[in-house]
Amino acid sequence: MDALATSALRLGDDSLVLGQRLSEWCGHAPALEIDLSLANCALDLIGQATHFLGLAGELEGKVRDADTLAYRRDVMDFTNCLLVEQQNGDFAHTIARQFLFSNYQELLFAGLTASKHARFAEIAAKAVKEVAYHAKLASDWVVRLGDGTDESRTRMIAALDWMWRFSDELFVMDEVDAALGIDKAALRPAWDRRIDAALAEAALERPSPRRGVMGGRAGHHSEQLGHLLSEMQFLQRSYPGATW
Amino acid sequence: MYTTDLTGKKQAETVAEDPKKLAAFEARVANDEFIEPKDWMPEAYRKTLIRQISQHAHSEIVGMLPEGNWITRAPNLRRKAILIAKVQDEGGHGLYLYSAAETLGISRDEMTEALHAGKAKYSTIFNYPTLTWADIGAIGWLVDGAAIMNQVPLQRTSYGPYARAMVRICKEESFHQRQGYEIMMAMMAGTPDQQRMAQDAMNRWWWPALMMFGPPDDRSPNTEQSLRWRIKRETNDELRQKFVDITTPQAEAIGLKVPDPALKWNAKRGSYDFGEVDWEEFYAVVRGEGPVAKERMQARVNAWEDGAWVRDAARAHAEKRASAKVAAE
Repeated sequence: MDALATSALRLGDDSLVLGQRLSEWCGHAPALEIDLSLANCALDLIGQATHFLGLAGELEGKVRDADTLAYRRDVMDFTNCLLVEQQNGDFAHTIARQFLFSNYQELLFAGLTASKHARFAEIAAKAVKEVAYHAKLASDWVVRLGDGTDESRTRMIAALDWMWRFSDELFVMDEVDAALGIDKAALRPAWDRRIDAALAEAALERPSPRRGVMGGRAGHHSEQLGHLLSEMQFLQRSYPGATW
Repeated sequence: MYTTDLTGKKQAETVAEDPKKLAAFEARVANDEFIEPKDWMPEAYRKTLIRQISQHAHSEIVGMLPEGNWITRAPNLRRKAILIAKVQDEGGHGLYLYSAAETLGISRDEMTEALHAGKAKYSTIFNYPTLTWADIGAIGWLVDGAAIMNQVPLQRTSYGPYARAMVRICKEESFHQRQGYEIMMAMMAGTPDQQRMAQDAMNRWWWPALMMFGPPDDRSPNTEQSLRWRIKRETNDELRQKFVDITTPQAEAIGLKVPDPALKWNAKRGSYDFGEVDWEEFYAVVRGEGPVAKERMQARVNAWEDGAWVRDAARAHAEKRASAKVAAE
């Protein structure tokens, strides 16, 4: 797969895996309104994944379509960042993951709308609006939970602490990103400002610096991804060749 | 998703109503006028509506679970997106039905507590498990199909907020029904394994779907009053017959067999004759003895209890904001 196809694959995998995670909440969220908003985010992400994985398939040479890429690859060929595959945990963990990721994804998509690669720019132009809502939703909940009760504050601190080690990976640049013409490392200061602003409003401290855990882009994932895929891909694996 | 009375006993009319007001109310209803939240209404009407609308809302919320069971395993991206959207719609239906019930003087929390305490009913259909992907097709096609049949007449029900909620809900339900039938169609056009799953789902969901119309008319004590008050517009048996008549040819068109040896076209009636529903099973499921009734209620109670700290936090934060705003003014 060439660099541009790999770029599309990464974008698609990030959205797919996070969408899959969020959809696990459906019917089980803390309140009906939250259930609806998480499902909304999941739906947006699955839509983005469909577009980006479809594009990856086209750029690769039109052999694999979006479904083949989503359902017929194993862990080592998945290129999503580690953050999105983290388990939902309690609601604070889900929000911490969304907060760190959506703020990154919004900046990334905003940059991509000006990409010289028209197909990426088109998908990003639609997706950036969706993701702006995800970022706002997550940031609002960080403030609510940070400011709410002692328990919610304790949980929010623990959740941010859990997810924080996966944030550095978001901004790692390599030749694939260079081919797409997007400087991920340059997104970091703006991301830091957004994160710090929400944390300040929530009266929460930024988690202490630590060594980032990485490897997702190279197919070196956390233990959870295999379980996520075995569930997601169950029908396609059990009944190869069937049309649904 | 459910609109039939499940209490199984005749509601006592305990409150003596002002005969003049009652007569005026009955006349308005008979004239097909809408009753609005601020209008005078008999207590029994209010209670019946609260029971029916909250039961309907609970059914939407519990109904998210059997289909939610397959979201993470949907067979492709398109089906996954459609299923998420569908389950989300059901949550939305629950939300505006709870709001409609709230206009009658009950809070959403009270209704939720009644559900969790086992005091409020919800549709019996959701106490059956979803075992294969074909169940998602069967639910959309049969369960939502039955729901539409129950609900279309309710767009003209006498209580305004309920009727208006139904208009929106019916639009979405017909999309749900189509996507369910489309799943069944694809599977029946597929491999022998897929056809087997589809027929098995048909066998398991057919009778519970017929039960969704509620007990037979001669065992439905509140039907008469509900018809008079335009809370209901057709009887359980009328709706059940309509469902069989419409659904049977749909099944045959894609090669599915209806699991009823007594099913037979009756040219004289212009309708299908069909076998007797197992009413003992129906009443057992109403009593909470459905195969996964405990699992469904446990899932709802867990979501509620595990989420209590989140709702508390949101409330506390809103209060802090409000008092900060007051302090600043």
